[in-house]
Amino acid sequence: MIDWLPTHNDFRGAVRRVLDASPDEDRIDQLANLANHRLGFLEVIQLDRALSRVDGVHASGFAAPVRLGILSSATVDQLVPAIRVAALRRRLLIDVHVGPYGQYRQQVLDSASKLRDFRPQLLLFALTARDVVATIPIAATLAEVDASVARFIGELRVLWRRAREELKAVVIQQTFLNCTDPLFGSYDRLVAGAPSSIVTRLNAQLADAAREEGVLLLDVARAAERDGLDAWFDVTRWLQGKLEIAPPAAPMYGELLARIISAQRGLSKKCLVLDLDNTLWGGVIGDDGLEGIALGEGSAAGEAYLALQRYAKQLHQRGVILAVCSKNEPAVAEGVFRDHPEMLLKRSDIAAFVANWTDKAANLQRIAEQLNLGLDSLVFVDDNPAERARIRQSLPSVAVPELPNDPALWVSCLANAGYFEAVAFTDEDRARNEQYAANASRESLRELSESVDDFLAGLEMVVSHGPFRPVDLVRITQLINKTNQFNPTTRRYSAPEVTEFTTSDKFLTLQFRLADRFGDNGLVSAMILRSDEDDPSVLEIDSWVMSCRVFGRQLEDEAMNIAVEACRDRGVRLLRAQYLPTPKNSVVCNLYSTLGFTPCGSPSSGGSRWYLNLSDYVTRDTHIARRSE
Amino acid sequence: MTPISPADRSNLSEQEILETLTRILRDLLLDDSIVLTMATRRDDVRDWDSLAYISFMVGVETEFGVKFGVAEIESFENVGAIVRRTKALLASH
Repeated sequence: MIDWLPTHNDFRGAVRRVLDASPDEDRIDQLANLANHRLGFLEVIQLDRALSRVDGVHASGFAAPVRLGILSSATVDQLVPAIRVAALRRRLLIDVHVGPYGQYRQQVLDSASKLRDFRPQLLLFALTARDVVATIPIAATLAEVDASVARFIGELRVLWRRAREELKAVVIQQTFLNCTDPLFGSYDRLVAGAPSSIVTRLNAQLADAAREEGVLLLDVARAAERDGLDAWFDVTRWLQGKLEIAPPAAPMYGELLARIISAQRGLSKKCLVLDLDNTLWGGVIGDDGLEGIALGEGSAAGEAYLALQRYAKQLHQRGVILAVCSKNEPAVAEGVFRDHPEMLLKRSDIAAFVANWTDKAANLQRIAEQLNLGLDSLVFVDDNPAERARIRQSLPSVAVPELPNDPALWVSCLANAGYFEAVAFTDEDRARNEQYAANASRESLRELSESVDDFLAGLEMVVSHGPFRPVDLVRITQLINKTNQFNPTTRRYSAPEVTEFTTSDKFLTLQFRLADRFGDNGLVSAMILRSDEDDPSVLEIDSWVMSCRVFGRQLEDEAMNIAVEACRDRGVRLLRAQYLPTPKNSVVCNLYSTLGFTPCGSPSSGGSRWYLNLSDYVTRDTHIARRSE
Repeated sequence: MTPISPADRSNLSEQEILETLTRILRDLLLDDSIVLTMATRRDDVRDWDSLAYISFMVGVETEFGVKFGVAEIESFENVGAIVRRTKALLASH
C-alpha cells in the first residue's frame, strides 16, 4: 500500500548493519532513510525494534519526541510500531502511550489516570462501531437511530472537550471502520437499523461534530473503501485478539496518522515541482513540437497527462504552490503553456519556472530559494527514474514519489502519498493563488521603482492589528506551526494552547494583517508576549512569526511600533527577547539589534538574549499606515 | 522479503518451511540468535508474546499464501505443528 516509496533490495541486511554500526554514527538518521522505503508490516516491526535499540538522546536534527496517547475500544498495539516508523520517515520521534483496553472514558475523566500522568500532546480516540451497533434494534426507526447515534457522539464530544481543556491535547478521532456484513443486501441502505446504515450515520454525525469541535479525523473508513475492507479488517485477527485493524494494514495506518501529526506541526509539503516532457504531456516538446506532443482529449494517454495537470490545478486551488523544473529551452517550454489549447495549467499558475540544461538538483535548490521555502517543502514529480534516483541521492529532504510506468496511475500515486495533508483550510489557503499573482505585480513595481523607498511608498500598505480573536485562531495556529524562517524562537503551540494565551492575563497577543494596493495578504504575522512571573512590568516576546510572503516590507518595524504601544498601555517598562538559532531562521539573527534592542548575553545553548527599555524606544519610520481592529 | 513463488511452495520440505519460520521470527523479534526446532514452544523464546504470535501467524500466512483457521491457531502446541499444518495446506493447493 506504501507504493509511492522506492523498494529496498536488502532491507534485512541494512537494518542489521545500522545496529552493528558505531554508536557515534547518526544511526537514527540511517534508520530514517530506511523508513523511506516501501516496507511491509514485518519490515516495519523490525525497523521499530532497531529504533528502540538505538540511543535517541543524541539524535542530532531531531526534535524532542511528540507524546501521543491512544485510547481505544479494540486492540491497537499492532499499530504502534507502524506509527513510530511512519513518524520516523518524517524525522519525527513519537512516544506512544496506549490506554487500557476499552477504558477510554475513565482515562479521560479520571484525574488520576495514567494517561493524565503521560501528558499527551496528541490524543487519538480509536473506537469501534460495534458497541453502538449492538445497542440499536434492527427495527429502529430513522429517528431512533439518529437519537442513539447522537447520544453516543454527544458523549464523545464531552471527552474531546475534557481532553482539550484539561489535558491540553490536540484531539484526533478515528472514523468508524464499517466491518458489518450485509443483512438485507442492497436494501440495507434503506433500513435505518441495518448495521451498515448505523455505521454510516455514525460517521456522518462524527464528521459534523468534529468540524464543530475543531477535532481532527483519522479517516480509516475512507482508506478501507479505497483498498477494500479485506485489506483492513480480518475477522480471524478480531477473534484472535480483538484487533480491528489487520496487521498488514498497519504501515498505511501509521502513514495516515503520521501525516496528521506532521501536518499539525507544519511539516506538510508546500510546493509541487513538476517536470515537463513526458510528465505534464507525452513526448518531448523540443523534438516533437506543439502538434506532436500527447495532451488532452482524444487519446487515452493524452487524457492521462491532462488528469495530472487537473490534479495539480486542484492542489493549487487549495493553496499548494506549483513550480516547474525541466531540461528544456525556456522559450520553447513556456510556449506550450501559452500556445497549446489543451494545457490546463497556465503559466500564471506556476510560481517558479526553471527550464534550462543544468542539473536538476541545482535547479530545485534555486526554486526553493526563489520561493523562500526549505528543500523539505518540495515534492518533485518526474517520469524519469534516473532523475528521481539522482534527486533522492543528492537532496534527500526533497520528496520524490516513485511513479509507476503508466501515466494513468500517476494521480493516484501522488494523491496516496499524502504529501500535502492539511489540518485546516483557511482563507489564506484559498487566496494563496491571488497572493502569489499579486506578488508578481509587486515585483514589477519593484523593477519600475527608482529606489526601495519609492517601491514601498508605491505599495500603499495598510496594517490592521489587534489581539488574537477566536476567528483568527486556526490561521494563527497554522502560522505558528508552519513558520520556520521569520521565527526567532521556533516554539510550536497547538490550538488549545493558543486559545489559552488569549484568555490568560499573563499574555499579550497581537496579530497583524497586511494589505496593499495589489491585494490583501491576510493574517501574516503574530506575536505572543509573556508576562514575567515576578514583575508584571516586564514582558518577554515568547513567539513572533511572520509569513515569508511579506519579508522586506517593513512590517517587522511597524509591528514593533504597535507592540511597544500596546506594552506601554499595559504599564510595561521593559521588553525581553530571545533568538534561538535553527538551520532555517538565520534571516532573523539580527532582528532585535535592528529594532534597537540591547544584547544581554548568549546562553550556553546558543543564540542570544536581548532587552529594550521602552522609554528608550525610537518609533521606526515605515511606509505602512494603520488600521486598528 | 521475497515471497516464495506458488509453483515452488507445494514441494517444500518440513526443513525448508522450518527455516522460513525461523527467519520470520528472527526478523519479527530482530534476534538472529533464535533457533527454532520442531519441538520449540512459544514459552521457549524470549519476547514471543501473544502480540508477536499474531504477527508471526500473519507473517507465515503472507509468506506462504495460506490461511490458518481460527481454531488451529489456538491449538498449535509447538513449531512442528505449525510446520506440518503449513505443509498440508500447501499440498492441498
